[in-house]
Amino acid sequence: MTATTTTVAAVKEGRRIRLGDLAPFIALAVIIVLGALINQNFVSSANLLNVATRSAFIAIIAVGATFVIASGGLDLSVGSMMAFVTGIMIMTMNALAPALGDWAILAGAGTALIVGMLCGLFNGVIVTVGRIEPFIVTLGTMGIFRAFITFMTDGGSLPIDRSLREAYRPVYFGDFLGIPYPILITLAVVLLGAFLLYRTKYGRRLTSAGSNADVARFSGVNVGGMRTSAYVIQGFCVAVAAICYVPRLGAATPTTGQLWELQVITAVVIGGTLLRGGKGRVWGSVAGALILEIIANVMVLSDLVSEYLVAAVQGAIIIIAMLAHRFTSSR
Amino acid sequence: MRMMNETSRMVLSAVALACALPLGLGEALAQERDVKIAVSIPAATHGWTGGVVYHAEQAEKEIEAAFPNIDVIVSTASSATAQVSSLEDLSATQKLAALVILPFTSEELTGPVEQVKSKGTFITVVDRGLTDPAIQDLYVAGDNIAVGANTARWLSDQLGGKGEIVVLRGIPTVIDDERIKGFSDVIAETDIKILDIQYANWNQDEAFTLMQDYLAKYPKIDAVWANDDDMLLGVIEAVDQAGREDIRFALGGNGMKQVIEMVKEGDARTPISTPYPPSMIKSAIYMTAGQFAGQAPMRGSFKLDAPLITPENADQFYFPDSPF
Repeated sequence: MTATTTTVAAVKEGRRIRLGDLAPFIALAVIIVLGALINQNFVSSANLLNVATRSAFIAIIAVGATFVIASGGLDLSVGSMMAFVTGIMIMTMNALAPALGDWAILAGAGTALIVGMLCGLFNGVIVTVGRIEPFIVTLGTMGIFRAFITFMTDGGSLPIDRSLREAYRPVYFGDFLGIPYPILITLAVVLLGAFLLYRTKYGRRLTSAGSNADVARFSGVNVGGMRTSAYVIQGFCVAVAAICYVPRLGAATPTTGQLWELQVITAVVIGGTLLRGGKGRVWGSVAGALILEIIANVMVLSDLVSEYLVAAVQGAIIIIAMLAHRFTSSR
Repeated sequence: MRMMNETSRMVLSAVALACALPLGLGEALAQERDVKIAVSIPAATHGWTGGVVYHAEQAEKEIEAAFPNIDVIVSTASSATAQVSSLEDLSATQKLAALVILPFTSEELTGPVEQVKSKGTFITVVDRGLTDPAIQDLYVAGDNIAVGANTARWLSDQLGGKGEIVVLRGIPTVIDDERIKGFSDVIAETDIKILDIQYANWNQDEAFTLMQDYLAKYPKIDAVWANDDDMLLGVIEAVDQAGREDIRFALGGNGMKQVIEMVKEGDARTPISTPYPPSMIKSAIYMTAGQFAGQAPMRGSFKLDAPLITPENADQFYFPDSPF
């Protein structure tokens, strides 16, 4: 269901539709068909909604990563940042719960957004003002954020106050007209992201900064500012993901968001965004996130592969999808 | 000890003196903290190691308060390489009477620990054995086979020896293999069928996702075993969300405090757990201290059993202040 809505929207948004641009959505459709053939439980609405809902975290963060990568940057810290923002948010909510009651959730969410954007700003400023490779900067902050969450949890887990649990749970488990909230939140973030990247002057400047920094600079684009802002957008998206994440298990642990950065980057690249910058595909990134989650889901639902080889098959499918992408777009 | 005020220090010293004197340790008492016991453990990067750090620090306080001649030095390391370096630093700068070590990996730490031993240090190895067992004077460990086997026996009794279950396993390691082996060997003797077994890497989120998939795949599941309590919390969320009533038991293992709380409250779905307690580091430090404080001989191997944690005995395994 989600697959069809994304495809339709992608067709609308592109003026010149090329086969290459559709590749991620074709891959998504193929994997859904394969999944349905392998196990009919796959197409049950409960399963499809579960899969779409839980891919929301990676999808939302991937929208931000699309901005960062399109602007010529890279962010390896998103998984750790998510865990850190989650930790700060839970501590804020727990501290305010006695005074504000359920309103503490809103206060916590607001704090999360501010902290997330500040974390992104920190990454961005060091990359642009400090003139250090984004890979190194965000590798450093990845370690810093991970250490912070480990410190905040004492290596254990940091649960939200029991009094807030019931009020907050629906943000992940609830639905509106049958569509779970995380999916609606993802849609809102994607629509906003697509509008910003494709329909505004800002989006064009951002992409030009990633495509050729010198040319962009000569044509009056503030390349450093554009790149920094992309990291702030990334931080915002990480915080939105954190807001959806907390109600699910109600706790932050040192393993929260571990290795998510790799899933996010994989989703963005599968979606057709160039890793070297200059081109961003917001809807493609969402398709990429769905593809990753569905592959994992189908692996469990099928009895084809030994549990020891699941990761190998996932890796192979991603490579095949990328090869198919290359093949279709070069025609 | 360092943080205590003078009065309490004197009182405690007097108490410790009174306790120690009958043992005839006059000579050792003449000097101040001349027995150094180094404790080398992994840094708190997940729940279980967080518990290890907590219990090691508790043991440090308690032992130093009880025995005025013993100085416990706790050192945490974030990787095998870092642990080797910290061993070198610890043993180069001072004379260590004993080393209590929970090695990151067996292979990499065997040589460095042997180096420390060659200087006459008493070696206590905890949890993960070294490649050459001759190096250790004392070995303290939990029983991973029993964690799996005891859970399987209980489950088999409850299900009447038949039914269909799913299993979540951790990170591919010896610990995980032993738990799974202990569990599946017992299950193999019954008519219980293991429908599926997959890795969820001892991670709550991955366990939640995997359990959702199990629930989609199998319309009827009698019980689920996650071989670690961290994962069990994710499993329970997924089962609750799906509103599935067919799952009679959702069991874990390790003795995480949230799960012990459920056992204490008499939860119908999670009525038991099995311990693989991080407090084993504390047992090891106490036993090592016994070698020096009371001259109680402590050489040998000590395997902590993994008895079922039930509402009756849960208090013994419950540490409300520990992060795990």
